[in-house]
Amino acid sequence: MPNIIEVKKLVKNFNEIEAVKNISFNVKKGEAFAFLGPNGAGKTTTIRMLTTLLVPTSGEVILDGSNVLENPNEVRNSFGIIFQDPSLDTELTAYENMEIHAVMYGLQKILYKRRIEELMKLVDLWDRKNDLVKNFSGGMKRRLEIARGLLHHPKVLFLDEPTLGLDPQTRNNMWTHIKALREKEGLSVFFTTHYMEEAERNADRIAVIDHGKIVAEGSPDDLKKKTNTKSLEDAFLALTGKQIRDEGAENGASRMARRWKH
Amino acid sequence: MKNLKIIYILWLRQLKRYVRSKSRMIGSLGQPILFLVALGFGFGPIYAKAGGGNYMQFLAPGVMCMSILFTSIFSGIEIIWDRQFGYLKETLVAPVSRIYIMIGRTLGGATVAMIQGLVVFTLTFFVGFRPISLTMLPVAFLAMFLIALFFTALGTAIGSRLDDMQGFQIIINFLVMPLFFLSGALFPIDGLPKALEIVTRLDPLSYGVDALRGTLSGAAHFGVGFDLTIISILVLIVMFIGAKMFSKIEV
Repeated sequence: MPNIIEVKKLVKNFNEIEAVKNISFNVKKGEAFAFLGPNGAGKTTTIRMLTTLLVPTSGEVILDGSNVLENPNEVRNSFGIIFQDPSLDTELTAYENMEIHAVMYGLQKILYKRRIEELMKLVDLWDRKNDLVKNFSGGMKRRLEIARGLLHHPKVLFLDEPTLGLDPQTRNNMWTHIKALREKEGLSVFFTTHYMEEAERNADRIAVIDHGKIVAEGSPDDLKKKTNTKSLEDAFLALTGKQIRDEGAENGASRMARRWKH
Repeated sequence: MKNLKIIYILWLRQLKRYVRSKSRMIGSLGQPILFLVALGFGFGPIYAKAGGGNYMQFLAPGVMCMSILFTSIFSGIEIIWDRQFGYLKETLVAPVSRIYIMIGRTLGGATVAMIQGLVVFTLTFFVGFRPISLTMLPVAFLAMFLIALFFTALGTAIGSRLDDMQGFQIIINFLVMPLFFLSGALFPIDGLPKALEIVTRLDPLSYGVDALRGTLSGAAHFGVGFDLTIISILVLIVMFIGAKMFSKIEV
């Protein structure tokens, strides 16, 4: 199986703070890969570098055969992303949000009209298509983002804590759909989550990152065997320790770094 | 073709956002009306006594410029909102050269500011302002659009460098206000103290005000052709800088 994502010696420093310290890993085509780690471990920073939003300090990222730094637009065509925090235009309707996305990804009108209807029905928002997004609940917004991320039929889907704040029904619905897409189109999935049972259920392979370094990699069973534990949650705690981390340290650091840069 | 569609849909986005925020539309008319009524009628008699002629004819183009200035800078700086509410990320991961995104939103913002300018233009009729010739109106509208374009691109360039709303007040007080008050929108440039005259000449808005006054009231200080050339050059420069800044955004 060829690799859809290749990460080689990736480093990101925000001034003196080393957010990501020389990590390397591969994700195979069609695989569901979970990227787990405590708060501030470097997960979101890594995703931002993989998705062209942040320039790495050093290292290389190849996504679907294209170098993220050299051919950002080719790379952007081949992935979809569901961000950790909201990314909708709340002053527009649900349909308008979908339509702008479709146009930016170069889809033809006949095609995107059909796909938008399909996807919005799938996430159960079709009858609300002309409502302004600001009137949506958190779960509805999340569902819309998921539909939007799939609109251009990406080869890799990045999901940064996609199910945060979703009820079990919506969570289940989302994963069922992603599973179907994986089977039908060979979609690869790269996701982060704090719900270990979600990782266990949906990931073929897991990498655990802590303090900017990958501390373990393998299937859920591998990790349990390696740590001699019964559940992934215990394996995770055995690997990363029980100390509570500074919430959002990673974001704080990068934001501060950006402010200094100006 | 794809790029044109992108520019169009982002232009449309700005317009929709504007049309939907009724409070913003109405709120932004308060200030121009106040300026027209208080200054126009307040200083009118003195201005006439000093031999300046009809002050409303002089002031109205300045107030139109003010309205365009404020609306377009705000439209540009709206990027901060997009950043805050997360929508910026969605546009930045799209497989589109960022320059088209910048152009689309700048044209949209400029169109909104232009509409605002036209609304104020209509309002000036009610306080007694009359354009001198109808044939010059298209030139006046072109000048309006260029002013709008310049300041929207400037706002975009600034907004690209700001992380949050903290810097917003500084921009209003140290950029937008001086740009307006030092532009000759409220007073004639002839016979100013030398230092102030130099500052006025350095203010890009001065040329916008002058172009509008030339085309609408028939009294340009620098000459309409000169004004339009200067603004056009400035538009190109600031679009270039704005596009550069925008393409460097990291979120």
